[in-house]
Amino acid sequence: MPDALALIANAAGKLTREGLRATGRGATALPGLVALTLDPNFIRALSAELEHGVACVSGTNGKTTTARMLADISRTAGWEPIHNRSGSNLDRGVAAALLAQTTWYAEPRGNFGLFEIDEASLPSAIGRLQPRVVVVTNLFRDQMDRYFELDALAKKIGDALAGLPADTTLVLNADDPLVANLALRRDAKTIFFGVDDPDVGGVVPQAISDATRCPRCKTPLVYTRVVLAHVGEWSCPSCGLKRPPRDVAATKVMLGPDGSEIALAGTVGSIFDSVRVPIPGLYNAYNALAALAAARALDLGLAEAIRALANFRPAFGRLETIDYKGRTLRLVLVKNPAGFNAAIGALLETGRTPRLVAALSDRDADGRDVSWIWDADFEALAPSVEHAVITGLRGRDLALRFKYAGLAKERVEVVDDWSAAIDRATTLAPEGAEVVVLATYTAMQALRAVLARTGATVPFWED
Amino acid sequence: MDLRVAHLYPDLMNIYGDRGNVIALSQRAKWRGIQVEVRPYSVGEWVDPEWPDVWFFGGGQDQGQDIVGADLAGKNGSALRKSVEGGAAIFSVCGGYQLLGHEYVPEIGPSITGVGILDVTTRAGKKRFVGNLLADSPDGQLIGFENHSGRTYLGSSAKPLGTVIAGNGNNGEDKTEGAVQGKVIGCYLHGSCLPKNPWLADRLLGWALGRRLKDVKLEPLDDGDELAARVQASEVARTRT
Repeated sequence: MPDALALIANAAGKLTREGLRATGRGATALPGLVALTLDPNFIRALSAELEHGVACVSGTNGKTTTARMLADISRTAGWEPIHNRSGSNLDRGVAAALLAQTTWYAEPRGNFGLFEIDEASLPSAIGRLQPRVVVVTNLFRDQMDRYFELDALAKKIGDALAGLPADTTLVLNADDPLVANLALRRDAKTIFFGVDDPDVGGVVPQAISDATRCPRCKTPLVYTRVVLAHVGEWSCPSCGLKRPPRDVAATKVMLGPDGSEIALAGTVGSIFDSVRVPIPGLYNAYNALAALAAARALDLGLAEAIRALANFRPAFGRLETIDYKGRTLRLVLVKNPAGFNAAIGALLETGRTPRLVAALSDRDADGRDVSWIWDADFEALAPSVEHAVITGLRGRDLALRFKYAGLAKERVEVVDDWSAAIDRATTLAPEGAEVVVLATYTAMQALRAVLARTGATVPFWED
Repeated sequence: MDLRVAHLYPDLMNIYGDRGNVIALSQRAKWRGIQVEVRPYSVGEWVDPEWPDVWFFGGGQDQGQDIVGADLAGKNGSALRKSVEGGAAIFSVCGGYQLLGHEYVPEIGPSITGVGILDVTTRAGKKRFVGNLLADSPDGQLIGFENHSGRTYLGSSAKPLGTVIAGNGNNGEDKTEGAVQGKVIGCYLHGSCLPKNPWLADRLLGWALGRRLKDVKLEPLDDGDELAARVQASEVARTRT
C-alpha cells in the first residue's frame, strides 16, 4: 500500500487529469508533473506494486514502436500493462501513465509497467523504476541541442546500467557498437538481437556515422556489412571487441510495401516460425526483433509474441495511414538523420516516386537546432520526389535543403499554413494516390490536429 | 575552371550537420559551371596536401577532437600551415575553429596545443552556450546555431567575423563572433552555416578560386530561397532565443 504522501500526490494528479480531459486536452504530462511535485518518490512507490515488474524501452529511434509491440505481446499473454503509450517519455510522462491507470486509492489497475524512456533520462529513470528488463534499441545523434555528444550520453547510460542489480536483464542491439558495448561493462544477463541476413544493407548511402571508432579502444572499426550509419557487422581490429552473438537473430528479412516477413533463428538452435511485421521498413523489423527479445527476457511465450506482432498497429506518425479526401496520407515522424535515412530508405525500397508534405519545426520537442537536416541524406531522396509541399516553423530551411540536394524548383512549394499545406498537396495528387507526410514531432502534432478537425483521424492521445 | 575542396576529418569531425558547408560550397560552384572535387583528409599520412584550394573543418565530439588534435600536432599540422601560406582558404566551425587556434585550455589537465593558424585561444567554460546565434558584419548578417562550452578570445592578428546581436558568440563577453585572419575563417555557426549565409560561401569560393586563378569573377546566383531561410531563422533568433 503506498504511503500517505503518494496517496495525496495520486489524488492531485488524477484531479489534474480529470480537469484536462474534461476540457478536451491530452493529459500526457501535466498530471504527472503535479504528482511528482507533491511526491518525488511517486513513481517508485507505485511501480513497486506491480506484479510482473517493470520494463523500460530506450534508445534514439524505435522506442515508441518497440514499446507498443511489447505491450501487445504482454496483453496476449494475459498481462495488463501500464504503459506511457503516447510516447510522453520523460519522468512526468511515466507518472502520468501511472495516474491514468490507478484507483483513487493509488492502487494500480494493471500488473506490468512498460515505460518508454527518453535516452537522456534513462540513467535517472532506471534508478526510480528498478526495472526487470531494459531495452536499448540504438544510439544515434539526435537533438544535439539537448543531448550534446553521443559518446558522453552512451557513457552515462553505461554507468547507470552498471549500477543495476544483477537480476536485471539487458536487451541490446548487437549490430550497434555503442549499444552492444553497454553490456560489456557489467556481469549480468543480456539478450542480444540483430539482423544476420547478408542481403540486408540499405539502398541509401551512409553519409553520416556516429561511431566509426571502437567504443573501448578508439581504433577505427571494420565493417563487413553496413545496415544503417554505424549499425551493421562490426569488429575492432585492435582490441578484438566485436558484434556479440545474437540470441534473437533475423536470418532473412523480406521487405515489402506494407510490412516485412522475418525468418528467425536463435543461438539455442531452435528455428522459430517466421514473423510478420505489418508495418514497412527495415527499422520496424529491428523494432520487432527488439520486442521479441524483450518478450524472451520477460519469459513470455514466443508463439504468442509472434501472433501479437502480426496484428500490430502503428503509433502516432510512425507510418500510420489516414484516408483524406480520397487520397491516402502516410505519416512518417522524422527527427534525426538516422531516422530520416531509415524512413526514406523504406520509401525508396518500394520504388515509390513520393509526393511529399515535408514539415520542419524547431520547438523543444523537435530539437531547436535544425542543422541535422544537412546530415540527413536528402541527396538520395531528391531524384525520386514527384513533388514536395514544404511547411513548418522552419520550412524555409527545409526548402533550402531540398534545393541543395538538387530538387528542381518547380517541384517544390513552400506553404506556411498547416491546413493549406495539406490541402495543396492533396489537390496536386490524383485521386487514390498516396501523399507521404514527413514531419518533426510538433509539426506532426499540428498537421494531425488539422486532420482531426476534418474528422479524418483521432487526436493522438486517444489511440 | 575547377574547385578543389578538402574535407578535414569527415569521419571524426562531423556532428551538428556541418557537412552542409561542403554541400553549399560544391553546389554554388557547380551552379556557376565550375567543376568540383571533394577529397577527405583524415588521420594518418595525407596524400597531396598541396592539392586543396579550400579546406573545411567542422565540429566533433570530444573523443574525435582528441584524436584529431594529436594528428594535427604532427606532420599534418605543418602541411596545413604550409597550404595556407600557399594561398589556400580554410572555413572552420566550432571544434575545428578551436583546433586552428593556439591552444585549448581545459578546466583541469594540461592545455591542448592547436595548429596556430588563427590568433585565438580557447578556454573551457562551465555553462554551455546552446541556441540560435545572430551576428552583424559589414558584409552581411550571419545566422546559425551555436552549441559549445569553449570560450574563444581573439589576439590582435585575428579580426572578429561579426558582432553578436542575439546569442553568445566567441565567449559571451565581448560580443564578437568568429575570427578572420587572411583567408582563414573560424566561427561557432552550425545550421549549417554557409547555405543560409551565401555571401560568406561566395567569399570563400572567391578566395579558393583565387589561389590558382587571377581575376576571379563569380556570377551572381538567385539567392531568394537562401534569404527566405535566413529571414525565418533570424526571426526565431530574435524572438525565441
